[in-house]
Formats: sequence, C-alpha cells, structure tokens
Amino acid sequence: MTRFRLLAACVMALFLPMAALANPALDAVISDNLGQIEKPSRRSVQPLVEQIAATGPEGLALLRAWSDRRLGLTAEGRAVIVDGSSVLDAVTGQPVFGVEPRMLRPNSGVRGVIDSAMVAGALNDPDARRRSAALDALARGGTPEQLAALRAALDDPDPVLVARKARLERLLTIQLDKDTQARVAAIRDMAGDVSLDFRAALNPLLAMQRVVSAGQPQGNVARELEVGSDALPRDAALALLVDAGVLQPRLTSAEQRGALAANLRNGQVGGIPVEQLSDPAARDRAYDALEAAGAVPPAATEAEAEAALAAHRFFDLYAEPSPEVTDAARAAQIRAQLRLGAMTGIDLGLDALSLASIYFLAAIGLAVTFGVMRVINMAHGEFIMMGAYTGYTVQTLIADRTLSLVVALPLAFAVTFAAGVVLYRLVIRHLAHRPLETLLATFGVSIALQQLAKNIFGTQARPLTAPAWLEGSVTVNDVISISSIRVAIFVLALLFLGLFLFIMKRTRLGLEVRAVTQNPGMAASMGINPDRIAMMTFGLGSGIAGIAGVAIGLFAQVTSELGQGYIVQSFMTVVVGGVGNIWGTLAGATLIGGLSKVIESLNPGNTLAAQTFMILFIIIFIQFRPRGIIPQRGRAAEA
Amino acid sequence: MTRKPFILQNPSVLIVLAVLAVFTLAVTLLSQAYGTGALPTSTVKVLGKTLCLALAAVAMDLVWGYLGILSLGQMAFFALGGYMIGQWLMYARTEVIVAEALAQNPIPPTPQELRDGVTNQIFGVVGSADLPLVWSFAHSLSLQLMLVLAVPGLLALVFGWLAFRSRVNGVYLSILTQAMTLALALWLFQNDSGFRGNNGLSGLQNIPGLDDVSQARLSVWFLWASAGTLGLFYVLAAWLVSGKFGSVIRAIRDDETRVRFLGYPVEGFKLVVFTLAAMITAVAGALYYPQAGIINPAEMMPIASIYLAVWVAIGGRGRLYGAVIGAVVVSLLSSWFTGGRAPSVHLPGYVVNWVDWWQVALGLSFVLVTLFAPKGIAGIFDRIGGLARPRRHGRDLGPDQGALQEREAKA
Repeated sequence: MTRFRLLAACVMALFLPMAALANPALDAVISDNLGQIEKPSRRSVQPLVEQIAATGPEGLALLRAWSDRRLGLTAEGRAVIVDGSSVLDAVTGQPVFGVEPRMLRPNSGVRGVIDSAMVAGALNDPDARRRSAALDALARGGTPEQLAALRAALDDPDPVLVARKARLERLLTIQLDKDTQARVAAIRDMAGDVSLDFRAALNPLLAMQRVVSAGQPQGNVARELEVGSDALPRDAALALLVDAGVLQPRLTSAEQRGALAANLRNGQVGGIPVEQLSDPAARDRAYDALEAAGAVPPAATEAEAEAALAAHRFFDLYAEPSPEVTDAARAAQIRAQLRLGAMTGIDLGLDALSLASIYFLAAIGLAVTFGVMRVINMAHGEFIMMGAYTGYTVQTLIADRTLSLVVALPLAFAVTFAAGVVLYRLVIRHLAHRPLETLLATFGVSIALQQLAKNIFGTQARPLTAPAWLEGSVTVNDVISISSIRVAIFVLALLFLGLFLFIMKRTRLGLEVRAVTQNPGMAASMGINPDRIAMMTFGLGSGIAGIAGVAIGLFAQVTSELGQGYIVQSFMTVVVGGVGNIWGTLAGATLIGGLSKVIESLNPGNTLAAQTFMILFIIIFIQFRPRGIIPQRGRAAEA
Repeated sequence: MTRKPFILQNPSVLIVLAVLAVFTLAVTLLSQAYGTGALPTSTVKVLGKTLCLALAAVAMDLVWGYLGILSLGQMAFFALGGYMIGQWLMYARTEVIVAEALAQNPIPPTPQELRDGVTNQIFGVVGSADLPLVWSFAHSLSLQLMLVLAVPGLLALVFGWLAFRSRVNGVYLSILTQAMTLALALWLFQNDSGFRGNNGLSGLQNIPGLDDVSQARLSVWFLWASAGTLGLFYVLAAWLVSGKFGSVIRAIRDDETRVRFLGYPVEGFKLVVFTLAAMITAVAGALYYPQAGIINPAEMMPIASIYLAVWVAIGGRGRLYGAVIGAVVVSLLSSWFTGGRAPSVHLPGYVVNWVDWWQVALGLSFVLVTLFAPKGIAGIFDRIGGLARPRRHGRDLGPDQGALQEREAKA
C-alpha cells in the first residue's frame, strides 16, 4: 500500500506546477520532523526518508543534499541546501541570503538509508527512462543498501526492465552480498554468461596478490609458486624478498661500476690497478676489498640470496577471503572463457568467410584467364583499382549513394571489360604461347596504369562511401559481429559464383570456353574461334575484377596501389586452388582466407608474421599438390 | 676437330671487358679523388652501384635467358647479400663508437659491457636489449663474408630443390619466387626479426678501419671493386654458357621434357645454375649496399625483382652483354628521369612532367619491346653481326609449336 501511495505522490509531484513557494507537502514534513532531521537515528529514519522522497523532485534534491552533508538548518528552522557559496531554500528552491545555516552531519548508517531510498525512488519512478537511467547508474557500482533497494523494486511494468533488474540484482549480489552462499548461488546462476559486465564482476573476485612467507600464509591461497618457473622467474622472487625486507638488494653491474669509480685513488681501486678492471672477476675483488674497508655498503651475496630463497615460499593470494566464492568464480570464469573461445571461433569463421569472398572475387578473373590462355595477367590488380576508381568517379557525379552504387557496379564491369578486351587485342594476342613474356608485358601495362591513376587521381586516398544501409554491422552479441559491407560482399561473391556457373554450364559461350580450355586445337577444328573465346573470357575476367574493385573500395581506401595489395593473394588463390575450375578457385580462396585469419588470431597484432607464415605454408603446400587442390585433368593439363 | 679457344669463340667477352676497363679508367680520371673532379662523388657512387646492378642482371640472365626460369625473387638474394655485409659494417662501426664513449668512464669496460653497449646502440630503435642469434658472427668480417655467399646460396638451394623436385615450372614458378621474396621482406619488416625491422641497417657507407679515407676516395675504390667483380663474374658466366654445360641449360630452357628423356638430370642442372646465380646476385648486393649506405626490407619487395627482369628483357635475354646494357641503360635513365633533372616536354595544353610520366613511358616501352623486339637492345648487335632470325612465313612443317617452317627449312 505504501508503495502505491508513494507512486501516486510521485505522479502528483510531477504534475504540480513549479510555483515559487511550491511543495507544501515537503514543507509540512520538514516542520513536523525537525527533531528527526536534526538528529536522525539509523533505525527510525526510514519512514521519514520515505515521506520526504514521496514529496517529489524537491524532496529527492533535499535527500541528496542531506546524504552529501550539504543540508543545513537555519535558526528559524528552515532547511537550506548549501552548494559552494550559494544557499538555496530546500522547499522553494529560491536563493536565501544572510543566513548562517547549521550544517547537518548524518552518520554513514543514515546516509546509507537515504541513498537506498533515493535509488528506490528512481527505480520506482513512473518514467521508464528514469528507471532505466537508475539501472545504468547502479550498473556502474552500488552499495549494499542500493542492492536491498533494488531487490525491493524488482517488479516493473516493462518486461525489458524486469529482465535488466533481475540481471543487475544477480551481478550486485556477486559483488556486494555479505552472505557467501548467496554470492555462490548468484555466480552459479550466471555461469556461462559471456557478457562483459559478468566477466568484469568476476575479475575483482579473482584478483590476486603475490606474497612471500616463511610458512603457510594466512588467507585464501590461489596457488603456490615455484621459483624459476614461468610464473615466477628467479629475479622476480629475489625482488619480492627484497621488498619484504628479508634480503639486501643485489648489486647491479652499473652500481658496482659507480661505486668503484667513486673510490678511485691514485689509479687504484681497493688495491687493484684500474687497467685490470675490465675483467669482471677483478671488479668483484676490488669491491670486496672496499666492502671490507667499509667504504661501500655491503651487498647481498649469491649465498645469501640462495639461503633466503630456500627459507621462503611464494604464494598468490586471492583478495577475496572466501574460498567457496573464489572456487565458484574460477569455475564460472573458465566456463565463460570456453564459451567465449567458441564464440570467438565463430566470429573468426565469419571474418575468414568474408576475406575468402574478397579473394574469390579478386581471383576468379585471374583463374579463368589462366585456365583458358595459360597466361597470368599482372595487370589484374590494376583492373581492380580501375573498378574502384570508376566507383569513386560515379559517386562524385551522383550524390545518392545507393543509386551511385547501382550505377557503378555495371559501369565498372563495362569499363574493365573494355580495358581487358583492348589489352587482349593489343598485347596478349600477339604473345600467344609465350606465357612468361605475357607476364612481363602485362607487368609493363600494370606499372603504366598505376602511374596513370596517380597522375589522374593524385596520390592521396579517395573515399568510396557505402550507402547508409550498408554501414553498421550485424551484431549477435558482445563477441560475434560482422559489418554489413562484408555480408554484402559475401552475397556478391555468391551471386558471381552462381552467375559464373550459369554462364559456364548453361550458355553457348560457356560451352565454347570449356572446349577451348580443354583442347584449343580440337575446339578450333569444331568451328569455335579460340581467339574470340579468349578475348571474351579475358574481358569477362577483367570485368569481374572491376566489380571486385568497387566492393573492395567500399571498405578500403581507394589508392593507385589498391590492386597491388590483393594481387599476390589472388595469385596464391589461383595457384593453391588449381586453374581452370571455379570450384578450385573457391577452395583456394576459402583456404587462403581461412588460413590467414587463423594465423592472424594465433599471433595477434603481428599481421606481417601472419602473412609470412601463410606464404611459407603455400610454398610447402605446392610441394604436395603442385597443380592445386582441384587439378586440371586430361590432355590440357600436360600443356 | 679442335675447339677454338674460349675467348676466340666469344669475342664479345673481350669487347665487354675492354669497355668496362675504359669506363673505369675514365671515371677514375674524372673523379674528385684521383682526377679532374668533373664527376661529383655522388655520381661516382651511382655509377658504381649501376655496375653492381649490371652484375645482378648478368645473374638474372643466366637464370632467365639461359635456363628459362623467370625468377621474380632475384633481388631477395641481392638484399640478403647486402644484409650480411651490412651486419658486419654496422656492428664493427658501432663497436668503435661505443668503445670510444665507454673510454670516457674512469673504469675500463668489461667485454660484456661493450657488447651490451653495442646491442643497445643497434637495437634500441626496435626496443630490444638482446643481441639476436643471427648476429652471432657479426663481429667477424671473414665469417660475414662467407655468409654473403652461404645464406643466399642455401636459401636458393633449399627453395630450388623444393620447387624443381615437384616439377613446378613456368608461370607457377615465377609466382612462387615472387611469394618467396615477399615472405622474406614481410618477415624482415617485423621488429623482432633481428634485422631492425623497417629501419633496416644504416650508416653502411662508413667502412670500419678506414675512417681517415674520404668518401670521394672510397667511392672510387668501390667502383674499382664493382668493375672488377663484374668483369670476373662476366667471364665466369660467359665461360659457363659457352661449353656443353651451356648447351644443356639452353636445351632445358627450350624443352625440359626432351632433355629429361635424353637422360640429363634436369633438376641438378637447374639447381646448380639457380644457386650460382643467387650467389652472384648476393655478391653484387654486398658491393651495392656499402655504396648506397642504407638497406631496408623494402629493397626486397617483389617489384624490385620485376624491375630486374625488365632490365634484362629490354637489354636482351640470352645475351650476357644484353643484360649488362639493359641494367646500365634503364637504371641510369630511370634515375635521370625520376630525379627531376629531365626537361619537361611542353605539349599544347599540357606539360609532360617526367617525374610523373616516366613510369608510364617505361611500362609502355616495355610492352613495345616485348611485342616488337623480343631480343631487346642486344638485337641491334645481332643485326650488326649478321645474326638474323630466319623469316618465318608459310605453314608449319611439324605438328608442334616452334617447328621449322617451309621457307626456313629451305633456307
């Protein structure tokens, strides 16, 4: 019943006009309970605090001031809030001048009651946003009183807030409850949760402190440490002994040299000529002599250090005294880490998939031209770059991002298709059956195109902005998320896989391409023009490179070196996958994409090493499958 | 039938040696240290470096022009040679500097302090305090000189053995060599690889023990050394390709399978030439980088090796002097055009600035050379020498590519 009245009062308070002399209810409460306010007692103050909280925002402001020890009483018995130099009337909110308020100093018990009442007020606030804000504040840290208030306010009209409150209650119980069993139960309830706040709540429970002691130490022992193990190197153990005051600091060689230099007399230190001091043994003798003469402070010897190490044991102690809680917390942490590992694995898989689709898009054109003509087009990377710059140019002309993307994709295909056909007609056709020379000639085209792009678009990176619906990411939880652009690229790669399969298996062109791939001479005898087919496939491969360029440009910066970054990986994809077969390219792209992500995750922060290992892996892979994962079969493979 | 002596069989060797000698003499007489001073020291260094590049091109020609392997990782060996000699140059020089600094202290340094000082000086920049294992021999010139040959040679041997054994050839092999040099470069780019990451090794132009010799003199000395080494290895390469060995490797280039069927151990021949070329390239690198003064992993990126192939192709494959000419002409032209000293061409409405357009011109001229002059610049000498390719018109006589054709069979 009280709660309902309290709620009703709060609602009332909200609708009350903020008049200059408003809130008579608060005024009445204050004047009725002046004695209680002046000398509150922890046990009996609760109803008063609830009454004040029920009077509305002014009441809450008064409570906050009271708790912060900013509330004072004037000689006439008016409550005032002191905020730095200004003094405000607690009831009206008006400034008061010329008074000397007596400041109230409620004890910590009373302040706890006030705080929880304020939280309870906010948690029961009719405005759902305020309740939510109160929960946010509690999530940042609470007191046992606030936990009690939260437990009293678990009901909520909003089901989302009910769930949040219940969850927060468990988290606060873990951190604040006095009852060990309740904490253990709360930890068990939440075990397996991988969210950041639960892991953050576990961390302080498992915080450890390293201690050195002669026997078994007091407290909750996490583990005993072996001197010389990875966890406790010998030097660290000695430093702990020095910190504990049981061992003199060891002498470093720099200190030794300084002490010797300070005691240099007539070209001699401790009776040893200075020329001999380039020998460490002579330095030790000189220092010993000085130590014996009392000229330098004594330092711990090796034997003393050994003895101290032997006489002491080293422990990690939990700051948390209860072993039950730490055991439960450790178990929960391990479960959280396991699930986290699994989820990281899934996230990694998604990353690898998106990388694989990029490599697939970039390599598919290369694989097709290599399959049909046995030539490697070194300018392939520049076709990718050309596609990206086409996208950029379209975007400067068409402001609408979605429309510009819709225009850019086919246009990039058209531009690079044309470029590929021109390159074929002018260069590659004349170098038939000279693959190494084709490689070099197309490399010449590649450096010319790269420099041309620099001359036209400048050396600085150009942005190719994705439309708004492609920004942001698809998020499953704290760990698993993937940006929408990468999903789109994956879809694009699937689309091209389908389109390519359709062209190859269902059209006349595909039939002829397959015929020329398998045996150009025989295909020519059957009336197929190999030259035209080669030109078409070259154009097709280049066109797909252009589309890949637009896709890559959406998440990378468009520069004249854009294609170069992908060309080696594309070559690897083709070599690993095997030529002349789209499934081989797919397998190669998946292998390379997956592998580079896995190596990267094993060696985080060192992408250079990851790339090195990947290339090494490929060199070794070629040893065992020199023709790729899906090798070309038949007579064409021997050529 | 008596064989003609090697030199008479290959008069081009004598001509190349003579030109090299005249060139070296001319540069010496024009240098600041020993002659009129018409050539500044930096130009002498550029010329000396160009000779080293020509040596690398000779090795590339052995591998590509004679053996038929388009190795796109040749500059990895070049840079490795540079790194090996650079280790000693840097270590020995730093040791001198650190010893001088420590001599200021009243107490003479222990060997350990000296080593720690050197390590700190060299590796402080990548935040490391220990001397990496790969620097174990850096204190000794003779050991590092051996490593100049051993490390690239071993790398080529292992890589070549793996690749040739599994019959990787053609375009695949080219891509694989490119991957090798990329992997090596990426590995060296790491700070903890032990070679100072992308800082590379620097200060290599100061030769320890020769502090009182001016750079002007040193540059001429290095020019002599480069010219001498180029001459020596040129003769070695020419001798190698002139005999039966040369015939076999050219046969491997033209049809590997047939040579294998004739009973020759193709993999062995390939491995010997590939490894030898790697070692020659490494020597060239070891002479190049003390003149350049600095080496970093960017020198190993695949593009550098591709440029080497471009030089050889423009100069003329399968002709050793072609490789030399190509490397000298193209690399000097490149540095002239990209150095900003070439005059701009004023077209109506547009000014062609060579710094911007040289790469385009190089790329296109490369395409043109490949298309219309597959023999490169050396083709001109062939024409002078009356060595024209038979005109191939008419139908094929045989069933396969490269078979003799009607008219040339008659000719």
